Amino acid sequence: MKKRQMYIRMITASLLRRRSRMLIALLAIAIGAAILSGLVTIYTDVPRQLSMQFRSYGANMILTAQEGQLTQEDVDSAIALIPSDKLVGAAPYRYETVRINDRPVLAAATDLESAEKTSPFWKVDGEWPAASGEIMVGAGVAETYNLKAGKKLTCTFAPETGSDGNEDEVVMDNYKDFTVTGILDTGGNEEDYVYMSREDLAELTGIETTYSVCEFSISGTSDELKVIAEKINGSVDGVSARLVKRVTQSEDTVLGKLQSLVLLVTIVVLALTMICVATTMTAVVAERRKEIGLRKALGASNRSIVGEFMGEGVVLGAAGGLIGSLLGFIFAQVISMNVFNSSISLMPWLIPVTILAAVVVTGAACMIPIRSAVDIDPALVLKGE
Amino acid sequence: MSLLELKNVSKIYGELHALDHVNIKVEKGEWLAIMGPSGSGKSTMMNIIGALDRATEGEILLDGEDIAKKSEKALTNIRRDKIGLIFQQFHLVSYLTAVENVMLSQYYHSVPDEKEALEALERVGLKDRAKHYPSQLSGGEQQRVCVARALINYPEIILADEPTGNLDEANEEIVVELFRKLHQEGTTLIVVTHNPEVAEVAQRTIVLRNGKVDHETINENFTGKIKHITLM
Repeated sequence: MKKRQMYIRMITASLLRRRSRMLIALLAIAIGAAILSGLVTIYTDVPRQLSMQFRSYGANMILTAQEGQLTQEDVDSAIALIPSDKLVGAAPYRYETVRINDRPVLAAATDLESAEKTSPFWKVDGEWPAASGEIMVGAGVAETYNLKAGKKLTCTFAPETGSDGNEDEVVMDNYKDFTVTGILDTGGNEEDYVYMSREDLAELTGIETTYSVCEFSISGTSDELKVIAEKINGSVDGVSARLVKRVTQSEDTVLGKLQSLVLLVTIVVLALTMICVATTMTAVVAERRKEIGLRKALGASNRSIVGEFMGEGVVLGAAGGLIGSLLGFIFAQVISMNVFNSSISLMPWLIPVTILAAVVVTGAACMIPIRSAVDIDPALVLKGE
Repeated sequence: MSLLELKNVSKIYGELHALDHVNIKVEKGEWLAIMGPSGSGKSTMMNIIGALDRATEGEILLDGEDIAKKSEKALTNIRRDKIGLIFQQFHLVSYLTAVENVMLSQYYHSVPDEKEALEALERVGLKDRAKHYPSQLSGGEQQRVCVARALINYPEIILADEPTGNLDEANEEIVVELFRKLHQEGTTLIVVTHNPEVAEVAQRTIVLRNGKVDHETINENFTGKIKHITLM
């Protein structure tokens, strides 16, 4: 039998045949590893989770044309450059002045389905327009015209005079009847607008749809958004993508503080885990003083004794790390479901990292009692003193 | 040249002279018993001869080499290569089987060899108990495993500290019989004991008192066999 085989046999025997003792140590390591792994998972996943939460703040990037208006092609090109899993919504807006009861009102035409995603904080009394001929009006407009969901209204649009410049030419106003589906309450300027689909505005104005601005709601950190904006600015001619700093900066601030908090807790837990494991390993080594004395009496070198105990520590650390990384995922999942109301996906790289961390922490924790163990005087401990 | 020679060896703890200028010679193949009352210095001498402790002064010549001033590492090597230790409390590793306990001694000495370890257990009559753990063995059986562990590396000296102290009469006889066999094979034995019956089977007995050699007796009728005294 080779020495290595005997070494493995001794370590295996010590771990398996001293089960109750080793289970306590294993439990201490596994709990520490679970908390560590769970916190790292949360720490890593917090930006994604919060980014999703922050999307309720509304659009965080806007796209405008450097000159004139945005075309549908510009918008499509920009959307193609945004990772689909990050894009929450893209709502292009065209603004025109229309008339209701001969009084001017600003009409915003957009992809209403996307607008609902980019502006989730809008409170609508009623429904969003879903079909042609449906319109949503701001609370200010509704008050002025005494409008409620279900009421009818007619919008008129005065086209420009003919292209030949003859101002005497009589041009008839375009008009379209709408049914109010909902009243928009935001507490902001949006309440002075009416909202309709792009197709309805094109029908009303007779003008091919182009856009003044396109609002994007993108899930990601400030740095990720900057990269996307730069990519759009570099790839799509004649457009300008800018971050809505009011939103992105407040996101960064909250995120930074939360991550610092989780990091701090992780460090404290790591320190506590190390103390806990060191205490357990000290007890485990202390009760084996006679065995260490015997091994020394039989001619074991200090190095050999350190190797044997460290071997046990490494195996315990690896096993505890593996169990802990799986428990940590469950722990993170429970926290995520309760705090963010969304699930966390398993990060496979975290398993070997947790095992390595558990091995290093256990090894370091073992060093203190092992160093004192090798100083044991065999003559004393074998006499039972 | 003697296998072991202690020249003016003293061990002093503060004011206490545990050993006080002791001179002893042990010849190769000799069976020596060391006796004495508690506190006479038996264990101190055992530890010093066994390279488990250092003398305060004097020379300890083992195979002509003074080990008194050797480093900790060198003493470890001497224990590993030249000494076989047998303890009163057996000191077997609880989670290793009998054969693994014997192999443990091989592991630190050279290379573990299960076949050889089984042969050693066979010599002490425990081959069929090789896979048993210490808790599954009687006191006598544990001490025999301890003997097998001590002899497995063919040490120059087997040093036994109260080897029968925890055994009943029957097991005491078995262990002494093992010593007799080892002695016949040429092994040098030093047995520290309280028990006169065990001491009497040795070739020579040294009696310590207050850290000094009080007297020594030669067993003229040495047979290596134990004679139990029946109390009337």
